Amino acid sequence: MGVALLVVIWLITLISSYFFYTGQWSPLPLASAHGGAIDKQMALTMVLMGVVFLAAQLGLGLFVWKYRERSGAQPATYTHGHNGLEWTWTALTAVLFVGLNLMGYNVWAANRIHGAGPGAMQVEVTGVQFTWYFRYPGPDGKFGRVDYQKSDASLGNEGALGLDDTDPAAKDDIITGVLVLPVDREVDVTLRAQDVIHNFNIPAMRVKQDAVPGLMIHTHFTPIQTGEYEVACAELCGLGHYKMRGAVRVLSEQDFNQWMAERQDEKQQQ
Amino acid sequence: MSEAHAEAAVHAHAAPTGFIRKYIFSLDHKVIGIQYYFLALVAVFVGMFLSLLMRIHLVWPTAHLPLVGEIKPETYLTLLTMHGTIMVFFVLTTAPQSGFGNYVLPIQIGAPDMAFPVLNMLSFWTTFLSFVIMLAAFFVEGGAPLHGWTGYAPLSAIPSAGPGQTLGADLWIISIAVFCAASLMGALNFITTTLDLRARGMSLMRLPLTCWSWFITAILGLLAFGVLAAAGILLLLDRNVGTSFFVPGGLVMTGIPVKHQGGSPLLWQHLFWFFGHPEVYIAILPGMGVASQILSTFSRKPIFGYRAMVYAMLSIGLLGFVVWGHHMFMSGMSPYSAFAFSVMTMAIGVPSAIKTFNWLGTIWRGRVRFYTPMLFAIGFVSLFVSGGLSGPFLAQPQLDINLHDTYFVVAHFHLIMGVAAIFGIFAGTYYWFPKMFGRMMNERLGQAHFWLTFIGTYAIFMPMHYLGIAGHPRRYSQLTEIKFLEPLMSLQEFITIAALITIGAQIIFVINLFWSMFKGPKASVNPWEATTLEWTVPSPPPHDNFGGRVPVVRHGPYEYAVPGATRDFVMQDEEQPVQMHS
Ligand code: HEM
Ligand SMILES: [Cu+2]
Ligand SMILES: [Cu+2]
Repeated sequence: MGVALLVVIWLITLISSYFFYTGQWSPLPLASAHGGAIDKQMALTMVLMGVVFLAAQLGLGLFVWKYRERSGAQPATYTHGHNGLEWTWTALTAVLFVGLNLMGYNVWAANRIHGAGPGAMQVEVTGVQFTWYFRYPGPDGKFGRVDYQKSDASLGNEGALGLDDTDPAAKDDIITGVLVLPVDREVDVTLRAQDVIHNFNIPAMRVKQDAVPGLMIHTHFTPIQTGEYEVACAELCGLGHYKMRGAVRVLSEQDFNQWMAERQDEKQQQ
Repeated sequence: MSEAHAEAAVHAHAAPTGFIRKYIFSLDHKVIGIQYYFLALVAVFVGMFLSLLMRIHLVWPTAHLPLVGEIKPETYLTLLTMHGTIMVFFVLTTAPQSGFGNYVLPIQIGAPDMAFPVLNMLSFWTTFLSFVIMLAAFFVEGGAPLHGWTGYAPLSAIPSAGPGQTLGADLWIISIAVFCAASLMGALNFITTTLDLRARGMSLMRLPLTCWSWFITAILGLLAFGVLAAAGILLLLDRNVGTSFFVPGGLVMTGIPVKHQGGSPLLWQHLFWFFGHPEVYIAILPGMGVASQILSTFSRKPIFGYRAMVYAMLSIGLLGFVVWGHHMFMSGMSPYSAFAFSVMTMAIGVPSAIKTFNWLGTIWRGRVRFYTPMLFAIGFVSLFVSGGLSGPFLAQPQLDINLHDTYFVVAHFHLIMGVAAIFGIFAGTYYWFPKMFGRMMNERLGQAHFWLTFIGTYAIFMPMHYLGIAGHPRRYSQLTEIKFLEPLMSLQEFITIAALITIGAQIIFVINLFWSMFKGPKASVNPWEATTLEWTVPSPPPHDNFGGRVPVVRHGPYEYAVPGATRDFVMQDEEQPVQMHS
């Protein structure tokens, strides 16, 4: 039985570690500027916890085998422990865990405590069961008033948000179902929700933030790669949670400007 | 003092004779413990069945199942909600604490019963009522709620937010509030019993670690369930009376403006997790106690660092109340508080690591006997390590950006609070069964059960880490048509097959349990050669546990391999001298 436990515990440990090590299931290829720091901290944590995992599991397997009861074995050692050892590993784990945490704090601060830079592009993202609406403030740089009482999803983008046409700032607001962004320019996202809590998650960008009704929450990121990315809702928001997806299209600056100009034209013709 | 109390309680109630008084409305802590245990057994099978349906739907969404038919995406979320709720409340809170704690704690401390036997009976039947109300949610119009076991507002607060959010959600809340009432009664009983009814000589530093764990769990329960009950009542008011504790103004739900004003969805999260985080320790602490007990007994060696173990449990309990915010890193609360919560969470890693070290230290240079309870205790340690080490990932807010609400979280909590706690329950079952039913369980079946369950649970939950790292969101009821999930489908299929096998293997346990109850070989008073007081009384123990005798405790709980002793273990009440240790 001791041998069987040793073999099974070791096998489970080594096979699991092997798959963590090979990284064949890894985060999506990185597409944002801040994500590198997150991935690095993740890798560091993986290595440190991996070492502890291996040590504890391999030790457990080894001990149960080595100290199994058998004829002629030494009697068990009568000991109630060792205070020096207790203090040693308390101190070591405290340094390891809390130290690891402090090391990563600047990553968090850069992402959430410091806001977006002054030149960042403004976008408002609204979660509604079960779609995302994206709003650009237009040339005036101001988001127009929205009135939830007026919102009517069947009217599409403007109507769904309840955009108030009587507000001059609303005249040039562009509302879309796909988030289109220029590459290499920081985006300052204002997140809101109309009904329940949603979560604006772009896995490839390492972006994740709840959209909470009644709150306006900011998050910011810089796409570094053109292409299409998926938005997944990462907070249970009801029946259609699984299909509450969106798309992010990152274009070159030129293409983006052209796209934006077309949207403005459309808007003015309305 | 405690002696006087103990004697008073002996005469408090005589052994009942009628069937109903003896087995249904019993005041005997042993009967009540077994009642709780069987309630949890029913619940765990309901919970497992629901999880199987979920797993099957995830990978074979169009499968036609006998009786159930095809599972629709909308059904998935109700299965998810009920699975999580039933497992957390009616299995993990019920079996280890109310079940084993009730049965074993009074005997281990040398008391004839719990401090308040009538309250004890009442708390069981209140729990039972709560379970009935919970199950009723399946059968009302609209069906069971779909808001997940965390019931985040406004989804949970507004009846039009989805199917099942009408009467089903009300029943869900009422059931939980009733459960809270039951748990508060239970907690009071445990605390009073531990403080007041200990036999002479049973100082706090001679309490078995199981008793410590039940005691600390009861304190956590007392502080946590009150808050949940209050939160549940507020939610009920929001839903039915038009108050706005959790619902802000200006909402449009399914196209219709909502009348509430001025509430805060984050308030629900704060209240819920102020309960919810301690709750995971309520689930796992008794398992730690049981594992310690069993590792020491079957290694034939004193617990390594008994005092450190006690202080570690106390600090886990204490820190458990200041870390709830680590569930809310992505919620939009202040990013500064995220920092504070994160540091305190990492601090819990320290006492948890102390426990692991000391378990390994207990085995180290022991003489390990591989009976089934020991196998499950070893499994517990392994799972505790595997489940625990994903904690420091989730405790760092910057990594939570990758991992929050992905399968990584599902892997983390299933390993540590789900399966490790379940291993604690299994270990306790195999360990105390001879005492409870006077018969031994079958070793061979027990071992088969262990191997299949141990390997199976790793096969189910370890790969979920990989899914989570790859960004796979949880609570998704349909996985098709999402591009970045496609490469993960084969892993999902593997998990479902592992779950089918593992859940199937639990039949071995049920057969063993019921067969042994009636047909197992007769158990002696102390089949495991253990040292604590429950092994000094007949199996099963008489109505008042000690037959009118009042035990006197002379030693610590884990005196194995004492040099110069006549046997390799010294019972706690034995007059044999033991060289006192530091
Ligand atoms: C047979 C073993 C089990 C299997 C196969 C299983 C499977 C699952 C699955 C598929 C989910 C849904 C994941 C998602 O979409 O987010 C889930 C959620 C959950 N499970 Fe289990 N589970 C098992 C045992 C347990 C146990 C023992 C517990 C006790 C803690 C537990 C507690 C939960 C909880 C709390 C949730 C979250 C529910 C929610 O998100 O509202 N499960 N489980
Ligand atoms: Cu959503
Ligand atoms: Cu969602």
